[in-house]
Formats: sequence, C-alpha cells, structure tokens
Amino acid sequence: MTELSMTQSPTTRIGSGADAENRLKARYRAEKRFRAYGLISIAIALSFLAVLLGSIILRGWTAFTQTYIQLPVAFDAETIDPEGTREHSALSTADYRTLINAALERKFPEIADDRTAKRDVQKLVSSGAELELRKMVLANPAVIGTTADLWLPASAAADQVVKGNAQHDDSSGLSEGALAKLDALRLAGALKRRFNTYLFTAGDSRQPELAGLLGAIVGSFYSLAITLALSFPLGVAAAVYLEEFASRNRFTDLIEVNINNLAAVPSIVFGLLALEIFLNVLGLPRSAPLVGGLALTLVSLPTIIISARVALKAVPPWIREAAQGLGASRQQMVVHHVLPLAMPGILTGTIIGMARAIGESAPLLMIGMVAFVVDVPATPVDPSTALPVQVYLWAASPERAFVERTSAAILVLLACLAVMNATAIYLRKKFERRW
Amino acid sequence: MNGEHTVRSYDEELSYLNNLIARMGGLAEAQLDGAIQALVRRDSELASRIVAADAKVDELEHEVHAFTVRLLALRQPMAQDLRAIVGALKVSGDLERIADYAANAAKRVLVLNTLPPAKPVSGVPRLARLVQQILKEVLDAFVEQDVDRATKVWAQDEEVDEMYTGLFRELITYMMEDARNITACIHLMFIAKNIERIGDHATNIAETIHFNVKGVPVREARPKGESVLLPEPEAE
Amino acid sequence: MSMMSEASTQPNQRPSPDAVKMRAVDANVFYGEKHALKSVDLEIKAHEVTALIGPSGCGKSTFLRCLNRMNDLIEGARVTGEITLDGSDIYDRDLDVVHLRARVGMVFQKPNPFPKSIYDNVAYGPRIHGLAKSGPDLDEVVITSLERAGLYAEVKDRLNEPGTGLSGGQQQRLCIARAIAVSPEVILMDEPCSALDPIATAKVEELIDELRENFTIVIVTHSMQQAARVSQRTAFFHLGELIEVGATEKIFTNPQHKLTQGYITGRFG
Repeated sequence: MTELSMTQSPTTRIGSGADAENRLKARYRAEKRFRAYGLISIAIALSFLAVLLGSIILRGWTAFTQTYIQLPVAFDAETIDPEGTREHSALSTADYRTLINAALERKFPEIADDRTAKRDVQKLVSSGAELELRKMVLANPAVIGTTADLWLPASAAADQVVKGNAQHDDSSGLSEGALAKLDALRLAGALKRRFNTYLFTAGDSRQPELAGLLGAIVGSFYSLAITLALSFPLGVAAAVYLEEFASRNRFTDLIEVNINNLAAVPSIVFGLLALEIFLNVLGLPRSAPLVGGLALTLVSLPTIIISARVALKAVPPWIREAAQGLGASRQQMVVHHVLPLAMPGILTGTIIGMARAIGESAPLLMIGMVAFVVDVPATPVDPSTALPVQVYLWAASPERAFVERTSAAILVLLACLAVMNATAIYLRKKFERRW
Repeated sequence: MNGEHTVRSYDEELSYLNNLIARMGGLAEAQLDGAIQALVRRDSELASRIVAADAKVDELEHEVHAFTVRLLALRQPMAQDLRAIVGALKVSGDLERIADYAANAAKRVLVLNTLPPAKPVSGVPRLARLVQQILKEVLDAFVEQDVDRATKVWAQDEEVDEMYTGLFRELITYMMEDARNITACIHLMFIAKNIERIGDHATNIAETIHFNVKGVPVREARPKGESVLLPEPEAE
Repeated sequence: MSMMSEASTQPNQRPSPDAVKMRAVDANVFYGEKHALKSVDLEIKAHEVTALIGPSGCGKSTFLRCLNRMNDLIEGARVTGEITLDGSDIYDRDLDVVHLRARVGMVFQKPNPFPKSIYDNVAYGPRIHGLAKSGPDLDEVVITSLERAGLYAEVKDRLNEPGTGLSGGQQQRLCIARAIAVSPEVILMDEPCSALDPIATAKVEELIDELRENFTIVIVTHSMQQAARVSQRTAFFHLGELIEVGATEKIFTNPQHKLTQGYITGRFG
C-alpha cells in the first residue's frame, strides 16, 4: 500500500531558534500587561466604591445613635390629672412639658430664678421627651405620683454638639449657658448615647431628633408589594406569549424593539405618565403607595419582560420537542416544562427589577410622594413617602442634624438593595439546574 | 466499476485483489498449456516442472483467501463490492482446482511417457484446445466483468461435454480393440476427465461473473450435452 | 427476491401482515423557499422496521417529522400531499394533532429525558392523555413500559432519582419507555443510537427487534450497517427525493439504482 510520508525540513519547525525565543518572551510580556490592565481597572473601581461607601458611612453612622439626658422626673398628679379621673383623654392631653421643666429645675437648682437660664436649659431637651412621658403614663397610669430618674432624648442641637458635628459655640444653636449646662451633665454622667430607635420607629418630623424612616420604609414596602404583584404576572405572561406563542413577523419584532426601548426610558417619563393618567384622569389619591406602585410597575415591566424572555430562551429546545413529541399541547409544554425550568432566571430578573424600583425617586416625585408626611401609612392608599424620596427631602432640609440622617437613610437604602441582590443570587444558585 | 470509492485505499485494496486473481488465472492457463504440451511432446521434464509449479498456485489461493477475509472484516462491503469480493473468493477456488487438475494431468503424462505412444492421444489435445479457449475467454470476461462474453462461455460447456463423451467412447473402442492399450487409455481417460472438469470450473467462473454483474444467480440449469452417465442409445 | 426457496423461513422474519400502516402520497415539504422534500411516495408496513437512509440533508429526517406533524412546529414549514395513518389523512383539519402524536411517538437523536424523576418521565405521557390518573394504575403503566424498554431491572430501586442522572444508553431507553408508555401505534426514531456507544447501541437494536411485535417502527440512521441489521425495508433518499425503496437484503446486496449503489458502497462525494 502507499504511504504518505511527512518530512519536515528543520527550518520550518516551530519553536526553535533565537527568533522564536524572542517571540515567546514578547508574548509573555504582552499577557502580563493584559492582566495588569484588568487588575488596574478593578483596583480603580474598587477604590471608587471604597471612597463612596467610606464617605457615606463616616458621615452617617452617628445618626444611629441618639444622646439621652438623665433627669429626675416627678409624675406630679396635679399637673397630669388634676381631676383624678385617670381618663384617657385627660392623660393624653396633659401638659408634660411642665414636668420636664420641673425636672430640669430639680437637676439644676441654680436656674430657678433665671428665666434666660431656664430657656437655655429647656433647649437641651427634645420635645420628644414629652411624648415619651405621655407614652409612659398612658401605658401605666400607676406611675402618676412617683418620681424616677429617666433617660430622655436630647434636642437635635445638643445631640449634634455631643456627637461633635457642631462646634462648641454659638453656631450650634445653643447659648453659652446651655453649652455649659451640657458639659455639666456630661461630667455628672447624666449624658449617654444610645441606639437611635426613632430612626426606625418614627415617621418623618420637623425635629431631626424625632425624624424616622419607618414611614418611608412602609411606603416603599407597599409600593414595592404593589409593583411586584402587578409587574410579575404581567411581565411573565407577556414574555411567555412573545417567546412561545407569537409568530415571528414584523409586528412582533416591532414589539420587541419597543420593549427594549422602554427599558431605557428615563423613569421620570413614567412619572409624568402616572401623574396624567392615574392622578388626573383616574383620580387616584395623590402621594399614595398605590400610585407609586403603579408608576414603578411601568418602570420595571420592560426589565422583567426582557429577563423573562432571556430565561425562556435559555430553556433548551429539546425539552420542548420531547414534550410536544409526546403529544403535549403548547400550553402544557410551557406550563409543565418550560416555566419551571425558566423560573430561576425569571425570579432573578424580577428581583433585580425590584431592586432597581426601590431606588427610583423620579416617578415618585412626580406623583407627589415628595410631600411632608408624618404618619406612617396604614394602607396603600394613605399618603406616604418612600426611601429615596425621604433621602431627597432630608438632604434638602437646612438643619445640621439632617446631614447625618441623610447619609444614614442612604445606608438603609443600600442595605435593602444588598439584601435583595443577595436573595437573587441565592435563589439563582439554589435552583440552577444542569441538563 | 462505476466511480471510485471516497476512501482511496479501499479502491487500492480491491485492485490488489483483482491483481491476485489475474495472476492466478495466468498461472492456471500456463499450467494447462504446459500439461498439454508435455503430453503431445512426451516431455517428462516439462511435466515435472508443471507438477512442481502447482505449489505456487496454492500459495496464491491462500493469499486470496486471507485477503478476502481481511476485506470483509475491515471494509464491511456492500452491494457490488460485496458480490465482487465473495466472487473473487469463489473464483480463486475454481482457479486453484483448475491448476490442480492440470498438475494431475501432468502426473499422468509422466506415467504415459514410460509407455509406448498410444494412438488416441490426438483426441485429448483437441478437447484441451477447446477448454483452453474457454478458459482464456472466461478469464478475459472476468477482468472486463463482461456478462455477454461470460454467457457465451457458459453456453460452451455443452460443447465440451459432447466432445468429452465422444472421446470417452473412442477410448473405450480402443481399449476393446487391443488389451495392451488399456493402461494408456485409462490414463488418457483420466486426463480427459481432468480437462473436462477444468471446463466445468471455467463455467463456474462464468456463473460467478453473472452474479457479480447482475446481482442474481444464473437461473437456468447448465445445458448439458449428452452425458456418459446416460445409457447408450440403441445401436442402429 | 430471496436466493433460498420459498419453503424455508428466513431468520429474523416473522409472519407479518402486509397491511400498510402509514402511507405518503406525493409528499412535499417547503421550508420557506427551500424545497426540502420532493414528491415522496412511500408506504410504511405494519409491524415492520422501515429504515430511512441517505446522505446529510437528503430529507430523511424531514420526512420522518412529517409523519407526526413535528414539522408544524417549525416556522415557515409547509407540507403538501397526503400522509395517512390507517387510511385517514393526518393533515386533516379536524384531526387533533395532540392525539396524533400520542399514536405516533418519537425518539430523538440526543437522549432528552425531562429533568424530573425516572417515574415522572415515563408517567408524564399517560398523565396528560388521561390514560392513567395515579396510584396503582399509573404504577403499572410505568413499570410495564420500563420493562418493555429493557430498563426496569436497572432502575427499579431508584425510580425517584432524576432521569438525567442515567448513562447515555439508559437515558435513550428511558426516552423509548416514555414514548411507549402512551401505547402508540407507530414509533419514529431519529438516529436514536448516534450518541451511544456500541454496547448501548446493541441493546437498543435488540429492543427495536422486540418492539416490532407490538409497534410499527420507522428509523432514520446514518449507519448503513445499522439499517442493514435492524430493518426489513429500507428507503434511500437523496437531495429530497426518494430514490429507491425495497427489502433491506435486496437494497444492500443488489440495489437497482446507481445512486443507491454509490451511496451504499461509499462511492459518493
């Protein structure tokens, strides 16, 4: 039989000679450079992140603490409940400020005759202290007549001085006398910093020390719940129809292009749309999480449709063939096989969509969730605000104490985002299948 | 053959096989020719050479056998290739038997040459010439894969049978004439029989050619001339 | 056709009725502008294995997919001509495609079990067609199908494990079990062994031989040796046309058409 012989002349061999060595060295150098570019890029990105997070944390971490002043408070029955009925209405409308002033006098006997000094010292205590006392009395009327050393919240001005955010002088809003009393309290050990529960239990307030995120959190929660309840079924159904049932023609191509465009539309446009249709035409309540949810649905729907379609496309065609070859109808194939396999991808996309929606402020501003709302909304149709909007409102407030609170609100928002993204990753890993 | 195989080595192997068959055929023809020459010229040396040369044909047949088995295992031949390869195996068997018969005839020539020349020797070469022509014709037809030529050869078997039967009777007559002729005539009878068998094998090869090309075996029974096995017709 | 006398029975030949199970008359398939299958007339006889062979792109898979209307799922595919099952046109408007696919099952080239348990894989068909609801009825159907597919002995203690955890050959037999669980009349196989090793292939071929008793089988294969081993009738396709069809032994020992000869002996290209 014939044999095909391969003879190579030595000069055509790869990998020998000085030339080849130089080429090899150059190749290694180029590779090192390439990897270095990547590392440098990551380093720059990480440093940006570090600077950003670092500055926010530095500015905001103090907001998680609140200064408390210890005062001897006497629950004077005469002041609280002169008629002695212990009726709820009487107890709640009593003048608790007097009790505080009395406590201050007890603490600083020297101010008894000095009205200026009295006023100065009163500026040290927050009006929230009165609410604290009221709460205590209403919860347990038996305290009337007793005296106790209570820790009461300090005013924002005092709080800022203690935290070091304000200078220890006139610019802090406190007079010299007040500052001196503050120092005295500190020396006496009657000054303490505790966790700032107001931040998470109270609604918004003009007084920074009483301002909290609960209203915004609940408002965001309601909005997001409505967004999820609407955009998930609509988005998945639309994606399923477009991917599985619609025929490929110009019309569906047009739809696809439009959906992709909608995903990139600035969200304020959706705000305008919501304003016009939901508020003006349909007359839904302004500032309600319901409308906010509807507006955010418009924002996140394109994203969910696109990611759901990708997840559906990723289901391998042989699964569909196998199902249909067995005689499953299209609907059975989609519901029994395609959707369960695509669900992890769809869920991941949905959560990422929700994470984006929670941070959207523009459409919420347009529909009025920027109003100053004190109460925590009880239902989705009550007026409310949302986390990103709250950040905006506090950032716009003049009080010094709101500076740290703005950063704290940003941290809370970032924490929510981080939790949502972590959930997305967890879900994706858990349900990932290999076929 | 119509067209070449995509895998060239397959074609090369097939032509190697045909080459072997062709060589065997040439050798078989030469053996037969040599045996007849030895008979006619009373050449014992030639006869001995013919007897010795049979080993070469046997060797070739073994080679064909082994190569065919190899082809069947390695190539999984189909359709015409399968028929061609199985046909080659059969033909090599036929050719080996033909060469055997030629060598047997040469052996008998050696014995005949020790006896005084007998008269009916002339009948045998005539039969041999016919069979030689048939053999050459069929081997050419095999190389060409020509069915028409093969069919003609196949039909000629009748002629061979008739000639053989005639020679048979002639020899019997001589034997009855003179008892001293019997030994020589018996040997001549066997030689004639060998040649007639060579003719049969040549017809086998013709049938194989038909199957190779047409894909179906020859349907009709071989036309047989008057057979020595039938009772003699009533003497007129 | 045979070289032996009629009186002797050939091995591997059961007395089979000559009934025609499926018939294609002037079948044409167009993918958009492309004329993929041209005027094919072919009969599929009952309880026989019919093999479709031919070079790539010759239309054999296209023809196979016509028989259970899987071509309907391809955008732009158009089928003309008449294809009948037991005499009735399968492209008739009134015919339920879902029901057709239960009668004409399919096994694909790449084993494609559902990412579910072995039990659920086999049970899916009977469930959706309402053949057995649950409980002992369904169990029986599943076990019988697995036994028929020659797989039950190997998986009987792990019916709840995922079907995708089996070896390639086992997966393919699982797909066959899944297909026969709905009691089809015809089983279509599109190169079922091309992804399997020789031992698994031999098991599937043995299975095909056994299944022939109860089903009609049409198999598309690239391997001529497999077609020769497994089928009783072979059809050769080339460039969308049916060139030759006949008894397998005749096609492989003495084909009539030059193209068939050329393909079978490896003279193409």
